[in-house]
Amino acid sequence: MESRFLLLFLTLTFVVGGLTGCGRDRLVRTDEGGPPPVIDPEVARRDVEPPRIDTEDFEVGVFLGQVSVEDFGVNTVAGARFAYHVTEGFFVELAAGQADTELTSFERLSGAAQLLTDDEREYGYYNVSLGYNIFPGEGFVGRRRAFNMATYVIGGVGRTTFAGDDRFTVNLGVGMRLMPLDWFAIHGDIRDHVFDIDLLGQEKTSHNLEAHVGVTFFF
Amino acid sequence: MRWLVLVLSLGQLVVAGQAAGAEREYREVTIADPYIELHTGPGRGFPVFFVAERGEQIELVKRRTEWFKVRVGRGEEGWVHFEQLQTTLNPDGGEFDLPALGFSDYAARRWEVGVLYGDYGGANIISAYGSRTFTPNLSGELSVSEALGRFSDSTMATVNIVHLMYPDWRVSPYFTLGAGVINTEPKATLVATVDRTDSLAQVGAGVRMYLTRRFVFRAEYKAHVVFTSRDDNEEVREWKAGFSFFF
Repeated sequence: MESRFLLLFLTLTFVVGGLTGCGRDRLVRTDEGGPPPVIDPEVARRDVEPPRIDTEDFEVGVFLGQVSVEDFGVNTVAGARFAYHVTEGFFVELAAGQADTELTSFERLSGAAQLLTDDEREYGYYNVSLGYNIFPGEGFVGRRRAFNMATYVIGGVGRTTFAGDDRFTVNLGVGMRLMPLDWFAIHGDIRDHVFDIDLLGQEKTSHNLEAHVGVTFFF
Repeated sequence: MRWLVLVLSLGQLVVAGQAAGAEREYREVTIADPYIELHTGPGRGFPVFFVAERGEQIELVKRRTEWFKVRVGRGEEGWVHFEQLQTTLNPDGGEFDLPALGFSDYAARRWEVGVLYGDYGGANIISAYGSRTFTPNLSGELSVSEALGRFSDSTMATVNIVHLMYPDWRVSPYFTLGAGVINTEPKATLVATVDRTDSLAQVGAGVRMYLTRRFVFRAEYKAHVVFTSRDDNEEVREWKAGFSFFF
């Protein structure tokens, strides 16, 4: 009696096992002829691609300020800048700006006389400069808050389009970069744009001081 | 104003990118130096506010120049100089290959952009160029220049072949040969002049010096022959020096 139950149970197990595929592995292996391996190591290594490290050496932004164009008054200037930080100290900056200049005192007093057309009165520039962060460190606002900041000196060459001509321009200045966030900075800059101009008959060197504030984003 | 709008929207893109990046996974490494110092900012002037010791797992959040922003186990975030991370280990125990830029990257460069400034026959010249390296010695260069003089302004576009003599040296001389076009526009204050466009050929020699990271210094001399429509060709000498970046 007992052996009949046992036989039935074994047959059932065999059928269920065969149908569900249990032990198929072994069956396949026995088909190959060799004895089944004692240990079946999983040799396929997982290929883990490590996440990339985000590099933020570029800076892009806009600025707005005032530029004093020699003989042509103090005017609002707007522009854009793009910088690449080479080391923690040095950076290279490409900047461009534009301003509409006003009448000279002579033009105002004489009434009718116009030295320049409206097109020529537009003051535009671009420059390539090398900057160096001379005083990096923390700046404290109140007792509890510290901001990362840096004071930098910057200078370079470029072109100024004014009074109908392109003029080679040297720029020199200092600036301050305040960083409330790692990727966001507020700039305050003072620049002197120096170029030679012969508009009033005699060639002279003109200094055009600019002060602006700007915002930039690192990426 | 159009470019102002462009830059502003670019800025917004960057901000959006930053926000999207908040959820990302960071690279994990194990400290192998006895300890690393976390500064409050990416530079020598920022104070150390935290120290993490050997064996600790840290996450590399981002990089700026030679500084890495790391997050340590307790959530503190600070900036570490790459020299302290040079011996860190990967999670599997292997050495972490720090993506430091060096001379070997310079030797393997493919693209390069640069800016040069100098003298072009008495005028001030500003040049921008892009270059593609074909073999360690040979590269092709596309250059746009602007020469601003007392009596005229010129715009020039040239194509050059550059032969670097010792590509495996940090400082190496090179020779260059090229051709292009030049457009000369006399100053508005001069009378009775005309604009003119001429073709030109140039031959030159210079020296390149690898400085650091992606930075290269170069200085060169070029002799130009401008094929004018007048009886005589014009010969112009050009001296320039500047910086370039490779990638």
